[in-house]
Order: sequence, then structure tokens, then C-alpha cells
Amino acid sequence: MCQECGCSKPGPYTIDGRPIESHPDYHTHADGKVHAHAHDHDHSHAHPHRVLQLNSAIMGGNDRVAEQNRGAFKALGLLALNVLSSPGSGKTTLLTKTLNELKGRLRTGVIVGDLATDNDAARLRTTGAPVLQIATGTLCHLEAGMVAEALKKLELRQLDLVIIENVGNLVCPASFDLGESLRVVLHSVTEGEDKPLKYPPMFHSADVVIVTKTDMAVAAGFDRELALTNIRKTAPHARILELSAKTGDGIKAWCDLLVSLQAGLAKT
Amino acid sequence: MHEFSIMQSTLDLAEHQTRMAGATQIHRLKVRIGSLSGVVPDALQFAFVALKEKTLAAGAAFEIESVPAAGWCEDCAADFPVEGLVYECPLCRQPSGQLRRGKEMELASLEIS
Repeated sequence: MCQECGCSKPGPYTIDGRPIESHPDYHTHADGKVHAHAHDHDHSHAHPHRVLQLNSAIMGGNDRVAEQNRGAFKALGLLALNVLSSPGSGKTTLLTKTLNELKGRLRTGVIVGDLATDNDAARLRTTGAPVLQIATGTLCHLEAGMVAEALKKLELRQLDLVIIENVGNLVCPASFDLGESLRVVLHSVTEGEDKPLKYPPMFHSADVVIVTKTDMAVAAGFDRELALTNIRKTAPHARILELSAKTGDGIKAWCDLLVSLQAGLAKT
Repeated sequence: MHEFSIMQSTLDLAEHQTRMAGATQIHRLKVRIGSLSGVVPDALQFAFVALKEKTLAAGAAFEIESVPAAGWCEDCAADFPVEGLVYECPLCRQPSGQLRRGKEMELASLEIS
């Protein structure tokens, strides 16, 4: 028996909704006489059922906080990125390179989410940028409320760009708006060509799709045309970039895009 | 498994609405889930069974209404079905990433007493 779930101490259970230790409808006296009695009583249990038509957003709570985050970003003229990919696609490597490249151009803060460890935060801090690590425990995604709490710890007025590195996961984080201005989804060449087809909600939600690790394309036998076709199929609206954080190829175009998008945000 | 947190939000919302309506029991809970919402219906069903105990929905039937994704073509001013992930207007053959339906995650209705 395990310690965690309580299976060693079984509680009361029911069969067909009735407790097992139900009061019998007879009792026996010491002399052996048996009296039967009924359990009827004189009111009905039939309460009228009503139907409430609600059509309420289940994620309303998260969405409201996300809108508050978005409002804060907008008021301060901050560009906010939500960066998503499967684990090991190169989010942290790309962000480290990006932070170094943006020095002197955009003042950048980072919020990074993982289930455990602050390894990613430590790597990102080598750039000198302010970095906050959210350890989600067992949660497979970041939620808007976690980001709101982390934002309180960043000097937002001293920043132009906030990069949120989400938990490595191509499924769950797609459903959680964090209030970002731009959703960036990474697709590394070592993942094959069909990730967009396997995880359509994530790719469809992207504003920018970045093909990463292009220096390894030949070794990985990466079919570039097929991958780009698959990205366009699931995310026809997304801007597609290709880069290698290792060689630096394509990094300038990516950073230029961030600078121009940030410049386009008017402070209110 | 974000379906667990989504189901927890659903139950919180459902209990709140039930109490607001002066009722004490939920008999049927109906949600609407779009095909591009990122929610797996089976996982949501599983989360419902796991989380409903000790809520007003402990004895409730759970129903999922699936909403297939539909795109919107501006040029043709028409909806089109997004089938097999092809975001292409069948009339003009132009790609369009604009969604009309498919991202729904809604508590549709509650049957209460």
C-alpha cells in the first residue's frame, strides 16, 4: 500500500449511491422478536430542475489577468514576448544570444518558467539582464497570474522588452494567454518537419515561428521546404524566421524585428 | 495535462453560478470545446471524474459539445471549414489564418436544483 493516496485507510464507500452501513428497516429485540418499520416520510424529494444558459469563458479568470498584463505593457510602451517550444528546441540559447545582441538597443527583462531548477535563469543572467525564474512545481504551463506576480519584481519602467520563456511544452501553454504582444513559437530542425501538423493549436496561435538550429539542418536531414509548408498550413498568418543561435546566422534579422516592433509601440 | 486546471476553473465557475442562482446541486454540466482550443476531450472527461467529488457537481452528468474550427475569408466575406488543417478559402483558394470558430472553451449550461 502506498502512503500518498490514502488507499491504506479506505473510507466509507457506496454502491449505486447508497452507503453500505445503511440503517436496516427492521430491528431485533433481545427476546428474538423482529419488528419491521418503514422508512417513508411524507414529503417529496422531487425538486424542480432548472437550466442555466451561461456560455461563460472557462478561462475568464486567466484572461482577465492577461488583459491587465497587456494593459500594463501597453501603457509603458513595452514589447512582451511569450516564447514557446518543446523542451530542447533552443529557447534559452536563442534568448541568451538575443539578450547579448540587444545590448544598447533594447533594455530587456526576462521571466522564465520551468517545473524545477533555476538553471535557465542562471544561464540567462550571464548576459547581465534582470531574470526571474518561476518554478511551476508540477504545472505544465505558465498562467497569467504567475506572470503578473513576477512583473511586480521587475523594474518595468526601466525596460523596453519583456521576454517570457514558457515551460517547454507544445500542448498546454497554447491555451493560456499571458498578455503578451507577440507569441513566438520555436521549431528546431532536429525535431523533423511535422511538429506543426502534430501540434496545430500551438502553431496556429503563433505570431512568429522561428526555425532554430539551422546549422544542424544537413546533419539532421531536415527537409526545409516541407517544414515551411507545414508551418504555413497551420499558421498562414505567422511571420517565419530561420536562424542559428550557435553561428549567429539570422540573429540580426530577429533582433531588428524586435527593435522595430518596440519602436512602433506608442507610450500612452 | 492542463485539462486539470481547466476543469478546476470550470467547476469553480459552475459552483459559483449555481450558488448565485440559489441552487445546491448540479445535475448536468455542459461545456463547449473548440477543435483548436488545445483541450483534449478525453483528458477533460477524466479530469471531471477526478475533481467532481466534494463539489456541487459530484452527481452531475458531464457533456462536451465539440466545435469544429471555421476560418473567415475577408475577400469572399464567407466562413469556411478548416478541414485537415488547411486554412484555405475553398472559393478563392487564398490562405487565411483568421478564425471564426474553434478556440472555444466555454461553460455552456448547467442543469441545477
